[in-house]
Order: sequence, then C-alpha cells, then structure tokens
Amino acid sequence: MPSVDLASSPLRELNSALHALTDNTNATHWTVSNPRGQHNIAVGLDFPVEIEIDGHVGYYCAGMNKQARVTVRGNAGQGIAENMMSGRVHVTGDASQAAGASGNGGLLVIDGNASARCGISMKGIDIVVKGSVGHLSAFMAQAGKLVVLGDAGEALGDSIYEAQLFVRGTVASLGADCVEKPLKDEHKVELKKLLDDAGVEGVSPDEFKRYGSARKLYHFHIDNVGSY
Amino acid sequence: MSAQDRWIHTPPRKSATFDDAAIAEIRRAAATGIYDIRGAGAKRKLPHFDDLLFLGASISRYPLEGYREKCATDVVIGARFAKKPIHLKIPITIAGMSFGALSGPAKEALGRGASAVGTSTTTGDGGMTPEERGHSDLLVYQVLPSRYGMNPDDLRKADAIEVVVGQGAKPGGGGMLLGQKITERVAGMRRLPVGIDQRSACRHPDWTGPDDLEIKIQELREITDWQIPIYVKVGASRPYYDIALAVKSGADAIVLDGMQGGTAATQDVFIENVGLPTMCAIPPAVKALQDLGMHRKVQLIVSGGIRNGADVAKCLALGADAVAIGTAALIALGDNDPALEAEYQKLGTTAGAYDDWHEGRDPAGITTQDPLLAARLDPVVAGRKLANYLSVMTLEAQTIARACGKSHVHNLEPEDLVALTMESAAMARVPLAGTNWIPGSNI
Ligand SMILES: Cc1cc2nc3c(=O)[nH]c(=O)nc-3n(C[C@H](O)[C@H](O)[C@H](O)COP(=O)(O)O)c2cc1C
Repeated sequence: MPSVDLASSPLRELNSALHALTDNTNATHWTVSNPRGQHNIAVGLDFPVEIEIDGHVGYYCAGMNKQARVTVRGNAGQGIAENMMSGRVHVTGDASQAAGASGNGGLLVIDGNASARCGISMKGIDIVVKGSVGHLSAFMAQAGKLVVLGDAGEALGDSIYEAQLFVRGTVASLGADCVEKPLKDEHKVELKKLLDDAGVEGVSPDEFKRYGSARKLYHFHIDNVGSY
Repeated sequence: MSAQDRWIHTPPRKSATFDDAAIAEIRRAAATGIYDIRGAGAKRKLPHFDDLLFLGASISRYPLEGYREKCATDVVIGARFAKKPIHLKIPITIAGMSFGALSGPAKEALGRGASAVGTSTTTGDGGMTPEERGHSDLLVYQVLPSRYGMNPDDLRKADAIEVVVGQGAKPGGGGMLLGQKITERVAGMRRLPVGIDQRSACRHPDWTGPDDLEIKIQELREITDWQIPIYVKVGASRPYYDIALAVKSGADAIVLDGMQGGTAATQDVFIENVGLPTMCAIPPAVKALQDLGMHRKVQLIVSGGIRNGADVAKCLALGADAVAIGTAALIALGDNDPALEAEYQKLGTTAGAYDDWHEGRDPAGITTQDPLLAARLDPVVAGRKLANYLSVMTLEAQTIARACGKSHVHNLEPEDLVALTMESAAMARVPLAGTNWIPGSNI
C-alpha cells in the first residue's frame, strides 16, 4: 500500500505514478499525507485505484477522474472532481465553488457544505451534498442528479437542461426556467439508491422536493426574453 | 410631371444614417422578434491588412533570389513547457471549428488538407470526432466554457490543448448552435436533448481570472504529464493585458482572434460591434510579449480575416509566429461556390454572401448536419483543394519575404512595412507610406 508524503515528494511524482498504473499492479490502495491545500492532486486518473488523502486539498482535486475512488479527509478547493467521467470522489469536509463542474459520470459525495455553482454545467455526474449548496448551483446543468440534504442558495438550476435536482431544505430562489416538479415513485427509487450509495442513513426520499427544467428556453422566443 | 411640380417635390433622397441595410434590419426585427443570427465574421469595412504595404529590397537592403535561395517557413509551437512541442512546416494553421457547426466530411477534409502540408487542425465546441483525429496528423483539442464533449481520453489523444477564453467574432460571448443542427449525434456528444437551441456559457464553469487560469493550465499539464503544449485563445479586446495575463498563467502559445474572425452562429450586432480589428490587435500583443521577454518564446498565433499570403506575411512582420484560418479554409473546401448559385438563390442569398451557416442547409455540405447535404462534400477532393490553397499562401508569403531579403518568414519585421492610411499607420504602428510618421508614436 504506497503512501506518499506531499510535504517531501513533489506532486508531479505522485500524479505520474498514478497515471502509470497498469492492470498487473498490486498498488491499488494509496494514501497521501500532507496535501497542504496543493492544487491538482490525483487529476486525470484512469484506473480503479483507491486513494485516501489526509488533509485539505486545493483546486481541481480528482479532476477528470475515471474509475478511481478518491477520498479527501478534509476540505476541498474549487472544482473538486471537475469533469469526472466515472468512479467516486468523497469529501469529508466542505467543498468550495464549482464542485463537480461539467462532470459526465461517477458519484461525488460531500459530507459538509458546497459553495456556489455546485454541479455547474453537469453532464451526467451524480452529486450528493449532505449540507447546503451556494448560489447558482446546477447552472446550465444538462444531465445527472444533484441531491442536497440542506438548503440551496439563490438561482438554483438557472438555465437548466435535463438534470434533476432534489433538495430537502429550503431553496432561496429558483433560476430561470427551473421549476418544482412532482416527486414520483420512480424518482424516489432513484433518490433512495443515491442516498444509499452516498452512505446517508435515516433520511427518506419523501423529505425532498424535486426541481427540473420547465423547458421554456429550449427554443428561443421573444416573449421569454426577460428570463435570459 | 410639370415643371412646376418638379420644384415642389425634391427628388427622393435616401438617408445615409437610415440606409437600406439599417431599414431592412428594423423591419426584420419588427416582423420576427429575434435578433439576427448568422455565421461568418464582420462584414463592415474595417482597417485591415490591405492598408499595409511591404517596402521590398533595393540598395539599402538586398533581396534573396526567388527560386534558389531558401526562405524557411517552419514554426515550433509550445517549447516553453511542453516535452513535445508542435512542429509545423508552414506558419498557417486551421482554426477551431466545431463538429456540429461543420459536417463530418468537412472536418475530415480539413484534416486531410492540413496534414498534407504539415500543419495542424483544431477541434471546437462539442468535442473530438474520430474522423478528425484520424485524418489530422496534428490536432489541437479545445477546452471551451461549455465543456461540450470534453473528455480526458480525447485530451490525452491530442497533440496540443487550446483553452478558449474568447473568439474575435464575439469577445465576451458564449456559444450558440440552433436546433436544426442538434442532430442525434451532435446532441449525444454534447449531452443535450435533440433539436433544442443550444445555449452555451461565456465563462468557464470552474475558473475566473488569471490566477485560476494558471491553476487550470497546471491541471491540464498534470493530466497530460507535461507532454503537450497548452495554448490560450482570446478574442481581441484588450490584447496588451490579456496576452500578458495569458503568459503569466503559463500558456505555451496564444491565439489572438480579431473581430473579422468567423463564427458558426452569433448575433449580427455582436459580430459587427464588439472587439478590435485583427491588424490593430497585433502590435499591443507583441509589445506585451516583448515587455515580458517572451516574444518568440510564447508563440503568437493570429487569426481573423486572413485571406492570402500577403496577409500572412503582414501578420508575421508585425510579430506573430503563425496565423490561423477559418472562413478561408471553408471557402477553399467549396463554401459559397458560384457553381451552387441556383441553390443559394433558393435560400434567398447569393454565392459569396451566404452566411446562414446556423441553419444547417448549406448546399456545399460544409456547415450542415443533414446527411444528404454533407454527403455532397468529397473529403478527399476538398482536402486536396485546401492543401493547394495552403501551399499557395505559403509560397506567396515566401515571395514577399524573399523580396524583403529574409531567409525565414519570421525575419520579416515592422520595419519592412508602411501604411497607406493614417488609421492603419496608427493601428499597425508603422509609418505612413513615404513618411517617417507613426501617428501617436511619441505620445
Ligand atoms: C464555422 C465556424 C465554427 C467555429 N467554431 C469555433 C469553435 O468551436 N471554437 C472556437 O474557438 N472558434 C470557433 N470559430 C472561430 C475560429 O476558430 C477562428 O477564430 C476564426 O474563424 C478565424 O477567423 P477567419 O474565419 O476570418 O479565418 C469558428 C469559426 C467558424 C467559421
């Protein structure tokens, strides 16, 4: 089980070692200590490896992740798991802006709160935030699910496409073209599965409201111009 | 009409302010309730490279022999940080144009033409297609604000990366692709519902400002193990500062796109009224590089309205390392061909003016996603035409460089140029022809 101390070894070495992993490796579980808020830790992985990072990370940790399971025991800076394709990223603390931005797949779990623009431009990723999310979360969200156990800030789901949003607490305001939609049984099944995957216990899907696109901005019309 | 009447009624006089085009646009807006969206670049007359001339050699400078003495045209891009910089045989590249805006065969033809003469092509909004990767020896992969089709596998397949901050046709604007072109394949690549009007963001989702950009560039380098160059593309608006900030952020190369630059689909009001003409954006960009000691270390690729080898030579003389072409490449493939006049007439336009590229009904099969129209473009034939055109442009630039006594096109310099108008002299920062006067130079 390789362990890397980022206080003494350069980030470049860690990332290139992780990129070099191949099928016959035994190094499938890594621990990283002293991240000290460095940016771009464990980015561009494409291997089913388990990585535990002990401490706070800077921008874009686990960016563009494929297959890997990355745990951050601490807080994460801007753009955690941005453009993730698959795999799983778990932050035990809070996450800064643009968590899971433009992610295409995989699961991002944030135990604390996420700041503004959580799930911005998301394209298929699932995001579960156990705390609250900031303003403009799920801006232009295209696909995937954003689950918020706490509250959502202003302009949730502004200019949203087909992503689905589930919020348990209050929503400060909905963005352009985002509306509340009925929470049907099929949604509850999906939501239950996501809550289970994220390790959330004692919370029922019935406690959530569902939001999505009114699809009024899908074709330009001058009478909707005030929404843009 | 009696003699008397003629004095009472003045002859009809059209307003210079409310000219035919302005009036037609008011009527169109009133009738449709939507702004005019179109492809291509600014159509109004702007100060441009035609306003510059080369001096050529004589007694005080001597020329190189036209056919015997070598005038090199190769360019290396991205040696600042990348382990594998891009080696181009000619200083002309193909600009980023999306699959979606362009058909599959058009993308293939661009790859074939560029590869034949040793230069690069660029992806665009919407991602990389196998056609274009397969047919491009050197392919630059764009990372755009929308992140449509953004995929780390493709990033790793690229020969260089281009972080797009803006485009000359619309600095500060986002992308747009109207429903007609969001076919199943395009929608699938972008993860959008089929047939909707695609809006795309004007800012990147996960960074704003130069400090963030520096970290973003580092992320892309880490993902690609510092192998390939990273370019930053900006529309011409505040080139001195934007280029300085791109250098500070760690770019290996900068693409600077002026307001004549083409677009797939943008509001006409944006195309015609925002940004700087290409010519006047180059000197401040070069000045920024020089002030930072980075001229020729961070390469400057200029685009926006480049049509021939003279334009190329003028860009290089002003300090660019290479140029990029969009519109001209499409014309070389067969866009706006007078042979298709009857079909252009049916679309209410004429060859040479067709710019409704967003509608996807291009009779030349280039700016369309309609499989029947796209099938009209033979990528081998069209690729050959593009290769011819790129070779001609290169020969033209070499002809001028030799006449100025240069053994490499990069040895052209502002001293080789004069300007025909006061505006162009002030903007290009070269003297008005026949004088030593550069307006504004001693302010
Ligand atoms: C059909 C078309 C599609 C374009 N798509 C993109 C794009 O996806 N991304 C981008 O950065 N620029 C795009 N551009 C702009 C070009 O990259 C380039 O900046 C411009 O075409 C250069 O000016 P020129 O057309 O006068 O040569 C597009 C241009 C055209 C004509």
